[in-house]
Order: sequence, then structure tokens, then C-alpha cells
Amino acid sequence: MRIVEAIFLVFINPLFYKIALTAATPLIFASLGGVYSEITGVVNIALEGIMLLGAFTSVVFTWLTGNVWIGVLMAVVSGVALAWLHAWGSIKWAGNQVVLGTALILIAQGITGFLMEPIFGKPGQTDFVGKVEEIKIPGIAEIPFIGKVIGEISPFVYMAFAAVAFSWWLIYKTNLGLRMRSVGENPEAADTLGINVYGIRYFGVLMSGVWAGLAGAYLSVGEVGLFKELMSGGRGFIALAAMILGKYNPVGALLASLLFGASTAFANQMQSSSLIHVSDTVKPLFDMIPFILTIIVVAGFVGKSRPPKADGVPYEKGA
Amino acid sequence: MYAVEMVNIVKRFPGVLANDHVTLRVKKGSIHAIVGENGAGKSTLMNQLYGLYHPDEGEIFIDGKKVVIKGPRDAIKEGIGMVHQHFMLVDTLTVAENVVLGSEPKKGLNFDLKRARKEVMELSEKYGLTVDVDAKVEDISVGMQQRVEIIKTLYRGANIIILDEPTAVLTPQEVEELFAIMRKLKSDGKTILFISHKLHEVMEISDRVTVMRLGKVTGELETSQTNPKEIARYMVGRDVVLTVTKEFHEPKDTVFEVKNLVVKDNRGLVAVNDVSFEVKRGEIVGIAGVAGNGQTELVEAITGLRKIESGHMYFEGKDVTGFTPRQLREQGMAHIPEDRLKHGLIKEFEAYYNVILGGHYKTLFTNGPFLNHNKIFEYTKQLMEEFDVRPRRIEHLGGNFSGGNQQKLVVGREINTNPKFLVVAQPTRGLDVGAIEFIHKQILKMRERDVGILLISMELEEIFSLSDRILVMYEGEIMGEVRPEETTVEEVGMMMTGHRLEEARRG
Ligand SMILES: Nc1ncnc2c1ncn2[C@@H]1O[C@H](COP(=O)(O)OP(=O)(O)OP(=O)(O)O)[C@@H](O)[C@H]1O
Ligand SMILES: [Mg+2]
Repeated sequence: MRIVEAIFLVFINPLFYKIALTAATPLIFASLGGVYSEITGVVNIALEGIMLLGAFTSVVFTWLTGNVWIGVLMAVVSGVALAWLHAWGSIKWAGNQVVLGTALILIAQGITGFLMEPIFGKPGQTDFVGKVEEIKIPGIAEIPFIGKVIGEISPFVYMAFAAVAFSWWLIYKTNLGLRMRSVGENPEAADTLGINVYGIRYFGVLMSGVWAGLAGAYLSVGEVGLFKELMSGGRGFIALAAMILGKYNPVGALLASLLFGASTAFANQMQSSSLIHVSDTVKPLFDMIPFILTIIVVAGFVGKSRPPKADGVPYEKGA
Repeated sequence: MYAVEMVNIVKRFPGVLANDHVTLRVKKGSIHAIVGENGAGKSTLMNQLYGLYHPDEGEIFIDGKKVVIKGPRDAIKEGIGMVHQHFMLVDTLTVAENVVLGSEPKKGLNFDLKRARKEVMELSEKYGLTVDVDAKVEDISVGMQQRVEIIKTLYRGANIIILDEPTAVLTPQEVEELFAIMRKLKSDGKTILFISHKLHEVMEISDRVTVMRLGKVTGELETSQTNPKEIARYMVGRDVVLTVTKEFHEPKDTVFEVKNLVVKDNRGLVAVNDVSFEVKRGEIVGIAGVAGNGQTELVEAITGLRKIESGHMYFEGKDVTGFTPRQLREQGMAHIPEDRLKHGLIKEFEAYYNVILGGHYKTLFTNGPFLNHNKIFEYTKQLMEEFDVRPRRIEHLGGNFSGGNQQKLVVGREINTNPKFLVVAQPTRGLDVGAIEFIHKQILKMRERDVGILLISMELEEIFSLSDRILVMYEGEIMGEVRPEETTVEEVGMMMTGHRLEEARRG
């Protein structure tokens, strides 16, 4: 019964909700990236690599300029650059999108690992370079419970929610969004109506670079203020699972990301619960909870969540 | 005054001369039919008018003015609209969204759905093109999808409308509705290019006919001064039998039987309700019915593609309920599916892989665990010869054959498995008169070889001329069983709309 009590205590602790939100934030950004790319018909598993590169670039430029926001901006630029490679290979040259995505992840891991020595003089991990300050919103901070959750929190959390609202509007309420969806579903039909299939797909993929770059910036300068090798730690893939569970819809991806964030927070809080004794050797098992959840989600829901019909299929025009 | 002039158009594909100095002139405000055998180059010609392909040689004039059409955008600008042989709709979007896609009305930064809906409804009313503006395209009937396609062209202000085999997928009632719409469009001054293989349709609706054969124009006729026989002769280059006659043939013992079959459709609703029948060796059993009355689900269940809820299937007396398609094929079942692009062949595969599908593991095509390509090539050449598949090119990709030739590949493959029981669904959809004659003869030949045949068709003429017995399906149930020589088209028509045989007989 101690377990039940421990679980109960986790759920009434505002810290659990705060950690859930902050753990969800990079997933929200990255899964949005996935949505943009895949609804236009380009599978983008490179999110993991784009995040890693974004995390690295933002630390480098924060360190160079002393301004974290320049760091964040450069994370977006590097994300777009890597996404552009993906777009170029998979749209222009009709390459296999999964293979390309995998290659880009390896490239991102290679570049960031290699540049650690020449730039920071040591491998593994950088020193603290600066961090985006949490913002305190007067009025909210004083509310009991809720104040403890979002009263003082990273601005990235708010940005993530704003990004979801913006994306939902763009995808479902504008002409561009309608075209994006049509191109992912039936590019041939879109082409016969004079829609620039390649242009729209480029847009979708480049936007996925913007969002995944932001996700990366959050991991480094947003959360800890430093860069660690391989620090994206599989979150790009969890974001893909969130995108699928969220039925390729920004709001759905948000909710799914929150679920994954909550599972991370849950694992984290249970490990440090004083009611149950968790030995150090068992602790890593708790960290697997989000990944196990991913497997369940992907196995159980992939069939029900229908991807855009032309997702992953390169479009080639007639003669 | 010509609305469209295409002069000396030449278009080559690898190994194929699809258009060989084709000249087409279409008078403004007329309905101009284009007919020709499968693969004659009709769709290719139209695709060049719409900018999807580009002519290797030749010139195009619209309203007397020379134009170069680089893509659909240019074609739309010239007032050309096209309804493709295979619809170009986005399944997950609504009717209104599909119509305006690419030329969407705007309100500030937003997509103006209200105005889109309103404009679609106005066009729909003006031309009698009934559509449900808010329904998703995947949920509406084929007939309505076609009306959506026509509205799409009108919304873009098309004056020249190309209809590439619009009637191939329609029921007779829907064809009549389409013709009414076409007449209305014509009286509104629009020019219509109409492609069809059904000569009676061409006779009924068109003002002039251009006949194509092997990439060339072989004739241009005034509809009022010609007849189906003459058109068919220009098309095929010889006299064609428009309806085959079948000899008497005594059926043998039962080869296939279903008992109390119940099958559900994709939405989980009962689509086939307690259906029982048998097929004897050397007998053709026809299933008539308006599309969407459970025929598709019945065929899928029989061929092992769909789960059976209850009831049983027997092959030569053996219970084969729940067998996989491969197990059924090994019993001796063959299947010519209704949708050749979905279930019949693989567009990205060469002809030689397409014709061995399903039999690919047999020793005829293998060499130990490997495919024996020499044998496969040889086999494919023979099959293409025997079934007159054009172009006779074994490396041609499945998706690059014309519709009719895709069908011949599938028919050839299935017949060559030497089945004991053959399920044939819509075998002649989209085929030219010569090919229909050919396929009907093949089916009758199978009957003479004592194969049991289940024929599902929306073409009553086909059902009547081939079947020994006719079963009529309505809302998943069998309304009755009749013999073609003892019934009339009217009686079957009554049953197709939900009257049981006894009621239909009473009138
Ligand atoms: N993209 C392509 N690549 C290669 N060959 C092609 C391509 N499109 C058409 N062809 C070939 O060009 C010829 C003309 O084809 P087309 O589709 O125009 O015939 P069609 O008259 O419309 O026939 P159907 O009545 O069967 O639709 C055929 O031999 C076909 O195989
Ligand atoms: Mg055609």
C-alpha cells in the first residue's frame, strides 16, 4: 500500500505538474515539427538530430555573444539548415526519407561531438554558458497550487503553447494549411490544380527545422545552460510518437506530449519518493517509463491514427 | 470557330509512340467525343491539352490563339478544365475544400470557408450538380465525386471541359444525370471533350466524333451521319461483334458454394446479409445490382480478402471458410478484381512481375529459392502475345499501361492459373469494344473448359449476355434468381431497386 500512497503523493505535489510541463516542452516543439513535415508528405525522423544540433548551436552562440536569445535564434537557423538538407534530398532527389533522416541524425551527432574539443577544449560536456531565465508572472505566482506550477517557469513553456495555437490556425484555418494537407494526402491532385507541390513540401520540412531547433535550444540554454553530447537522448523519437498519437494534429501532438511529459515527471518523482525505497541500480528502469509508453502507443495506436496518404512517398511529375 | 485546335501533336514515351501527328479540331459550344481502343492515346492527348504532359512536336490553339501550356496553371488560365480518368480528389478534405483548392477565397489571412461553401452551392444549383458541400470526399459516392470534379472545373471558370471516361464508373441512372448536366453546360456555351468506350453513349450525346487507333486519328465523323458499327470499324480496323453469343453448355457438379454468408463493410455495418448460392462447373452465375449493394464485400469475402462474420464457404465440398487468399488460390480459385489499380496490379512493377504475382513461388518461375528471370520473361512475352497487351513491352511499368491494357494483364494472369473457379468483378470496366469482345470470349472459353464462374457486373448487358443464371443483389440480400432467357431487363431492374422476384413478377 505504500506504493499507492507514494503515487497519491506524487499526484498532489505541484512539482510533479511543473516537471511534467517542462519535460513536455521540447516534445511539444519537436512533435509540431513532425506535424509540419509529415502533413505535407515528408517523413522526418531527423528531428532527433535537428534537436541535438540546435542544442549545441545555441550553447556555442550564447557562449560567444553572451546573449542567450542570440543562441536561441542560431539554434533555429541551424535547425532550418539541417532540415533543408533533408528537404533537398527527399523532395528534389526523391531519396528514401527514413535513410536520409537517419543519416542526418548521425551527421548531427558527429558534428557536435567533433566540435566539442576545438571550441570548448574538452569532450563530453561544456561549462555553464548562460540560461534563459524563468519568468515570474505576478498575480499567478500567488495563487495556491497553480502558482507553484506555472508561477515561475521558463518562457519556453509559454512559447510552446503559443506555437501550438499558431500552428493549429495555420494548418486548419488558412489557405496555406489547406494546401499543405492536400499535398500530403494527394500530391497529384494538388498538382493538377496548379499547386506547387515541391514548394509546399519544402515549407513543411523547413518549418520542422524551426520547431525542432527551438526544442533543441530549450534542452540546452532553456533548461540547464550547457551542452552535453547526445543530450537529445531519444526525445526526437518520442516526439514522433506524440505526433502519431496526436493524429498529426498540433493540438493532439500537444496533448500527447503532455502525456509523455507527465510520464517522465512521474518516473522522476517516484524515484525520489521517501516512502518507497528505490535502490540506485533500479533507478534507470524508471527512466525507461516514457519509452515503454512510446512502444505501447506506437503499437496500439498507429493503426488507428491514419498518416497522410502520401506520407513518405516522393512526388515525381510526369514527362 | 474552333475552341480547341491541336495540330500535328507527337508524343513519345520510352518504347511507345503515344500520339503520332494527331490533329484534333473542336467547335466552340459542341460536345466532341474521342473514341479509340485502349492505349490509342486519348488520355495522353488530353493530358497535353491540360499541361500535364508536353508535346514533343505540334501546336495548340485555344480560340484561334496559339498557346504553350506549361502546366495545369496555364491550362486553367486558358479556361481549360479536366476531369481525369482516375479522379484527382483529396479524400480527407470536404467537397467545398476540394473544389476551391488552389484558388481559395480569402478573408484577411484566413481561408474563407463560408464563401467557398456558398460558391460551391451556387454552382451546384445552377447546373443541377447535386453535392453535399460539407461531406468528406472519402464518404461520398463515385457519382458525387464526379460531380465534385465537374464543379472544380466550373469554379475555375472553365469554358472547355475535358471528361476522360466519365461514365466508366457510373450506374446507368448516373450516366443519364451526367448527360443532362452536359447538355446544360453545352447550352451555356461550354465546349466539352468527351471520352468513352461506350458507343451508344457517344451516339446519344456527341455532335462529332474523332476516332483514334494506335496513336493516330483514323476518322472524324458527324455523329448524326454515322452508327456504332462504323465507329467500331474505324477503331479496331475490322468488324467487331458487339454482343457475343454463347453456345449451350451443360453444367456439371457444384464447385463452389456459400451458405448463409454474413459480411460487414469498413464501417462495421452488415453489407452481405445471409447470402447463399452455388456455382457449378461450366456455369456462369451473374450477380447484378446497383453499385454499393454489397457486391464488393461479397467478392472480398469469397476471395479471402475480408473477414466472414458468419456462414460457410465450400470449395469442391470442402469447408474453406476463413482460408487466406493464397490457400484459396491453391484450391483452384482465381480472381479478377474490380479495382485493377488497388487489387489487380502494382503500378511500380514491370509487366513481367505483375503477371507472376500470386504464382511467384511456383516452380514455373523459380530456380530453387530464386526467381528465374529467363523463364519469367519468356512467360510474360507469351502472355502479352496471347492476350494482346499493348505495348508489347515486358519492362513497361504496370501504371504506365493504359487502363484497358492493365485489365488485359490481370485477366491474362488469372486465366493462366488454370482455375477451377473464377471470380470476375467488372471485367470490362473501361475497356474498348474490341477488348470487351475478347474478354467475353475468354470467359466463355473458360466455361466450356468446365470452370465455374461468378461474374459481378454493373453492366446489365454483360450480365445478360454471359450468365446462365442471374442473382440480383440489393442492400446485401439476394432478391431472387432468374435465367436470362426467362426474364427481362425491366424485371431485373425492379429487383435491383429492392423488389423481390415475386413482387417484380406481379409487376
Ligand atoms: N507515363 C507513361 N509512360 C510510358 N508510357 C505511357 C505513359 N502514359 C501512357 N503511356 C503509353 O501511351 C499509350 C497511350 O496511352 P493512353 O493512356 O493515352 O491511352 P488511352 O487511349 O487513354 O487508353 P484507355 O482507353 O485504356 O484509357 C499506351 O501505350 C500507354 O502504355
Ligand atoms: Mg485513357
